[in-house]
Amino acid sequence: MRDVDVSIIENKLREACMAIAVEYSHDIICALKKGEQEETREKSKAALRMLLENAEIASREQIAICQDTGMAIVWVKAGQEVHFTGGSLMEAINRGVAAGYHDGYLRASVVDDPLFDRKNTKTNTPAVVYCDIVPGDEVEVEVMAKGFGSENKSKTKMLTPADGVEGVKKFVLDAIREAGPNACPPMVVGVGVGGTFDSCAVMAKKALLRPISQSNPDERYRQLEDELLEAANQLNVGPMGLHGKTTALKIQIEQFPTHIAGLPCAVNICCHVCRHARMVI
Amino acid sequence: MKYNIKLPMDLETRKKLRAGDEVYLTGIIYTARDAAHKRLHELREKGEPYPFDVKDAIVYYVGPTPPKPGHAVGSAGPTTATRMDPYAPELLDDGLAGMIGKGRRSKEVVDAIIRNQAINFVAVGGAGALLSQSIKKAEPVAFEELLSEAIVRLTVEDFPCFVGVDTLGNDIYDE
Ligand code: SF4
Repeated sequence: MRDVDVSIIENKLREACMAIAVEYSHDIICALKKGEQEETREKSKAALRMLLENAEIASREQIAICQDTGMAIVWVKAGQEVHFTGGSLMEAINRGVAAGYHDGYLRASVVDDPLFDRKNTKTNTPAVVYCDIVPGDEVEVEVMAKGFGSENKSKTKMLTPADGVEGVKKFVLDAIREAGPNACPPMVVGVGVGGTFDSCAVMAKKALLRPISQSNPDERYRQLEDELLEAANQLNVGPMGLHGKTTALKIQIEQFPTHIAGLPCAVNICCHVCRHARMVI
Repeated sequence: MKYNIKLPMDLETRKKLRAGDEVYLTGIIYTARDAAHKRLHELREKGEPYPFDVKDAIVYYVGPTPPKPGHAVGSAGPTTATRMDPYAPELLDDGLAGMIGKGRRSKEVVDAIIRNQAINFVAVGGAGALLSQSIKKAEPVAFEELLSEAIVRLTVEDFPCFVGVDTLGNDIYDE
């Protein structure tokens, strides 16, 4: 058994929430620069230049890259040899997120009741939390701050086995086309294939945690990711929807075994502000 | 074309703008997003006055992050205009001169833009830090309890955006 005080997780989450709001990851910056070089339309180039300039200002002044600093999603992979001490893990997670959003001057964007009251909780909590129990005595925590301009354009569909690869391709590309300018392209697109109705949407979100410099380890899925990226960048949505070649920066697919009767598919659209961090305790 | 525009915009200025033009706005704009639009609509239904004069005004669809000490606002980029589509036509009919956001507008909004000779501007989504540099002053106007969704009067200088939908109904996204 290894004791892990939940306050360690709280503090690390606070710091991570503050950091990902103001700084793009290196791979996103590289992809935006590459896009800027490859675009030929002046307006589309200018939009990407503004994003790069924005990134510099955000990092220099330590202010949020985007005013939608997102809803926090936290994944905890707890080793089964770990014993959490110091109180409730869930409460510590929410305290960490709340402190990060407060101390980082980030926007509180969560309402208490989705349908009737819609009153701001003022803390940007509760976070959406997923927990997995894994072998070992370490705790891995990942956090994502998901903006809703792009979240609103995400989709899930129960395809049939007969729809196959072509069905998945069509569903993904239609989602990207429909998302268009509203999702703040260039986008990062998470795709979940298989599992069940619910797990496939979670996979699509989880796919967004993978650094965009990495592809699916299964060769067939890696190829599908590449094909979809190429096709997405021919849709002529372009940066900010001003047309051009830079519609998506990466397509990330995650797959899972499924039922003989089904082919669930989910597309979680993320904008270029694809913010997440991973820590191991 | 590229224009530096002093707000409020007169009709002549609005008429010469074309979808795709690059513009830099200087003057007063008002923030309002989902919750504030709902409140404005409710006031209108009850026959009560708006908390600011919408005649010739520009509304910016934004919910900024809280300002750091010494800053007028925090990060302040556009939110998706499409969500405000149900409310935009009545504001345009009441005299609103334009809106700033990102994304597409409904046919009803485009019709109201043409009918009232207004403009829908688009700003770069996700460039909130950059856009905040053009915002010099922020003064609360109404609904402060809505936090980032409150209505705030912003003084902007050379605020960069594009003409999204012009007075003829042309759309930058269909160029
Ligand atoms: S979709 Fe992304 S870039 Fe656009 S406003 Fe939301 S968080 Fe910001």
